[in-house]
Amino acid sequence: MLDSLRPVLAEHPFLSDLSPRHLDLVVGCASNVRFEAGKYLFREEEDANQFYIIREGKVAVEIRTPHRGPLTVQTVSAGEILGWSWLLPPYQWHFDARAVEPTRAIALDGKCLRVKCENDHDLGYELLKRFAQIMEQRLEATRLQVLDIYGNPS
Amino acid sequence: MSPTNPDPMVPTPFRVQRVRQETHDTFTLELEPARGGNGFSFQAGQFNMLYVFGVGEVPISISGDPTRSKMLVHTTRAVGTVTKAMRRLKRGDILGVRGPFGSHWPVEVAAGSDVVIVAGGIGLAPLRPAMYELLSRRDQYDKVVLLYGARTPEEILFPRELERWRAHFDLEVHVTVDRAMGGWRGNVGVVTTLIQKAPFNARSTTAMVCGPEVMMRFTVMELLKRGVKTDNIHISMERNMKCAIGFCGHCQFGPVFVCKDGPVFVYGRIKDLLTKWEI
Amino acid sequence: MSVPPHRVHDQVRLPGEQLQTLIEALRLLGYRVMGPKVAEGAIVYDELTSAAELPVGWTDEQKGGSYRLVKRNDGAAFGYALGPHSWKKYLHPAVHRLWKAKREGNGFEISEETPEVPKLAFLGVRACELHAIAIQDKVLTQGVFRDPIYSSRRENVFIVAVNCSQPGGTCFCESMGTGPQATFGFDLALTEINVNGRHDFLVEAGTDRGTEMLQKIPHEGATEKEKKTVAEIAAQAAQHMGRQLNTHEIKELFYRSLEHPRWDEVAERCLNCANCTMVCPTCFCTTVEDVTDLAGTEAERWRKWDSCFTADFSYIHGGSVRASRKSRYRQWLTHKLATWIDQFGSSGCVGCGRCITWCPVAIDLTEEVLAIRQAGSTDSAALPTKEEQ
Repeated sequence: MLDSLRPVLAEHPFLSDLSPRHLDLVVGCASNVRFEAGKYLFREEEDANQFYIIREGKVAVEIRTPHRGPLTVQTVSAGEILGWSWLLPPYQWHFDARAVEPTRAIALDGKCLRVKCENDHDLGYELLKRFAQIMEQRLEATRLQVLDIYGNPS
Repeated sequence: MSPTNPDPMVPTPFRVQRVRQETHDTFTLELEPARGGNGFSFQAGQFNMLYVFGVGEVPISISGDPTRSKMLVHTTRAVGTVTKAMRRLKRGDILGVRGPFGSHWPVEVAAGSDVVIVAGGIGLAPLRPAMYELLSRRDQYDKVVLLYGARTPEEILFPRELERWRAHFDLEVHVTVDRAMGGWRGNVGVVTTLIQKAPFNARSTTAMVCGPEVMMRFTVMELLKRGVKTDNIHISMERNMKCAIGFCGHCQFGPVFVCKDGPVFVYGRIKDLLTKWEI
Repeated sequence: MSVPPHRVHDQVRLPGEQLQTLIEALRLLGYRVMGPKVAEGAIVYDELTSAAELPVGWTDEQKGGSYRLVKRNDGAAFGYALGPHSWKKYLHPAVHRLWKAKREGNGFEISEETPEVPKLAFLGVRACELHAIAIQDKVLTQGVFRDPIYSSRRENVFIVAVNCSQPGGTCFCESMGTGPQATFGFDLALTEINVNGRHDFLVEAGTDRGTEMLQKIPHEGATEKEKKTVAEIAAQAAQHMGRQLNTHEIKELFYRSLEHPRWDEVAERCLNCANCTMVCPTCFCTTVEDVTDLAGTEAERWRKWDSCFTADFSYIHGGSVRASRKSRYRQWLTHKLATWIDQFGSSGCVGCGRCITWCPVAIDLTEEVLAIRQAGSTDSAALPTKEEQ
C-alpha cells in the first residue's frame, strides 16, 4: 500500500522537489482514506493529527453559527491540501471539515510527521516552507472575502 | 458611430418589453426601439447611456446576445437614483438610449487560442455577450473556460444560463461563492482561487476579466502567475461618465478616457495606474 | 506643441481711429463684436459697439492670487495682459440646454435644440488664446465625435488677434511656445504702436477673409522700420514674462511623480474651489443636469461647465474615485501638463497664467512644477533637475 502511494506523492506539486530520503519519510506516514458525502473529516476542537491531500471530491470547511447553522468559508477539492493545525500546538482543529461529495484523499499522519520533523529539521523546514505558502494563499483569499467586494457599496 | 441618434447627445426612445428581477438587487431590461427599426447592433463589452425620464442618465453595459440583435438587453444593479428608478419601469414604458459606446472584448482576436473568462458579481453581465459570441463560433477556439465568483449562492447572476453552459461538453464552467450556508454543494472561496486549477494553456490564452477593481487586480496577478501574457489579459473599467463620447472629461483614468478608449482595456496599457490611488 | 508655420503677410498701418471702422465693418457683416472692456474692476470680454468702449489707458497688474487695474500713462487700447475671461465662454458656453422632453403616455418625446448660432467676431485675442482655441478645436472637433455646439459656434468666428506688448506678472507663454506673438489662427493680427503719443496699429491678414476685411478699412503702407517693430515688440514682451516653466520631458516627469510628496503639500493650501478650471482657456470638462418641472411632465437636459476639483466629478456608486483634495489637484495638473499630451498631442497649458492670478490662495503651477522637478519623484531618485531660473 505504501509503495503504491509513493509515486502519487512524488508527483504531487505540494511535495515536488523533495529529496528521495525526505519523500520516504513522508510516505511512511501516509495512508489512503475515503469519505462518503456528508461525513466529517474532522470537527472543531478535535485533536489535529493529520492533514489531507485531496485526490477526488470536495470538502467544505465550515464554521458553526448558533442560529444559522454551518457557514462554509472555503471548499477544498482535488489536488489541494486540507489542514495545518497538526503543525502547531495545541494541535487542535479550529473548523469542521465535511465531505460535500464522495471524497478520496491521502491522509498524512501528523503525529508521525511531527516526530520525524523534530529528528530531521531539514524535513521540518521543507514542510514548513510548503505549508507557509498554503497559509499565505489562504490568508490572501480570506482577506478578499473579508473585503466583501461584491457587496452593495452604498 | 452610433446607430441611435445622429446627435450623440440625444437619446433615442426604446420601449421596455420585459423587466426581470435577477437577484435581490439586480435586474434585466429587455428593450425594443420605440420607433421600430432593425433592433440594435453592438459588440460584446460595449455600453449604452440609459436615460430615465426626468431622473437622469447612467452608463450600463449591454448584457444581451450580439448575434441576435433584435432585442437590446441590459443587466444592472439597483444602486443609485437612476438605476432604482429603472427597476420600477414596467412593460411598455419608454427609456432613452444613447450608444453603443466604447471598446469591446477581443472575441475575434482570440480565435485560435484558449479563452478564459473571469467574472465577479455583476461583472458577468458585460461578459455574457462575449460568452454568446464565443459559443456561436465555438469551433474557432481551443479551450473555453468561465470562472465566476459571487458573494453568496443567492447572488449568482444568470444561474440557469450558467447551468446550461456547464452542461456543454466543450465548456469549463466553475462557479464559486465567497460564503455559503449548508445547502450549497458548490465551491466556496474567492474567484481567484479557481485560476490555478483551471484547465487552459497559459501560453496561448486570451483572458477577459470583469468585476470590482480589487477582484480584477488579484485575478490578473493569478493569471500572470499562471503565465498568461500581459497583453493577452483584458479588463473592463468603470468610471463616472456624463457624455460617453470623450467630451465631459469625467471618465479620465490617467491618459485614457474610459468611455472611448475603454471600457475594455488591454491590461498592459493601464497596469501602472491600477496600483496608484485615486487616479 | 505643434504650430503651423508662421504665415508671412505684409504688415500695413492702420491709423488708431480706424479701429472704429473695423468694428463697424464687422457689425455690418452681421458679426457681434466681442472684445475687452472695463467692468467689475477687471478687463472682461463683452460685446462692443464702439472702439470707445475699449480699455484705453488701462493696464493690469497681476501676481499670484492678485489682479488690479491700473491707469497707464498713455492711451493704449490693448496695453494690458489678460483678464479673467477667455474666449471659451463664447465657443464652449458655460451653460447650454441640450434638449427638452415632454411626457406622453408612458413615454416621452424629445425635441432637440436648434439654437441660433451667434455670428461672433473676437477682437483682442492674444497669441496664448489662439493656441487655447486651437487646443479646444482639437479636443471638441477633431476626434471620433464632434461637439455640435462648439463646432457650430467656432465655424462662424472672425478672429482679430492683438499682439501682446505687456505680459502680466503671471504670464509664461514664452515657456510654452504659445506667444507672445500671434503666428496662426487669426483673420487679422494687430500690433499696437505708439509713435509720439499716437496709437496706431500694424496689421497683418492671416486669411482671405481677413484680407477682404482689411480692404474695407482705410490704411497706409507701413515703413520697413515699422514692420520691424512687430518682431521687436514681441521680442521685448518675451523678455518680460512674469513666470517661467521648464517643459523638458514634462510628461515623463509627471508620469513618474504620481506619488510625489509635493501633492500632499499643495493639498494643504488648495481649497478645491475650481477657480483655476473656470478661468483656464483650455479646460473643457462638463456635466449634465437633468431637470423636470414640478408636475414631472417636462424634462430638460442642460450641459454645464464642470470641474475635476469637485467630489462629484469622479463619483461612482460607493463614492468618489478622487476623494482627497490632493488627488484632485494632481488630476488637474497632471492632465493639463502631461496626460493631455498623450490624449491630444500637445500640452493643455498655454501659459496664460490665469490659474495663478485667480487662485484665491496663490497656488502657482510653475512653482509646483519646479518643486516636483527639484525634490525628485518617489518612483525614481535620479531626476533631471535642470534649474529653471
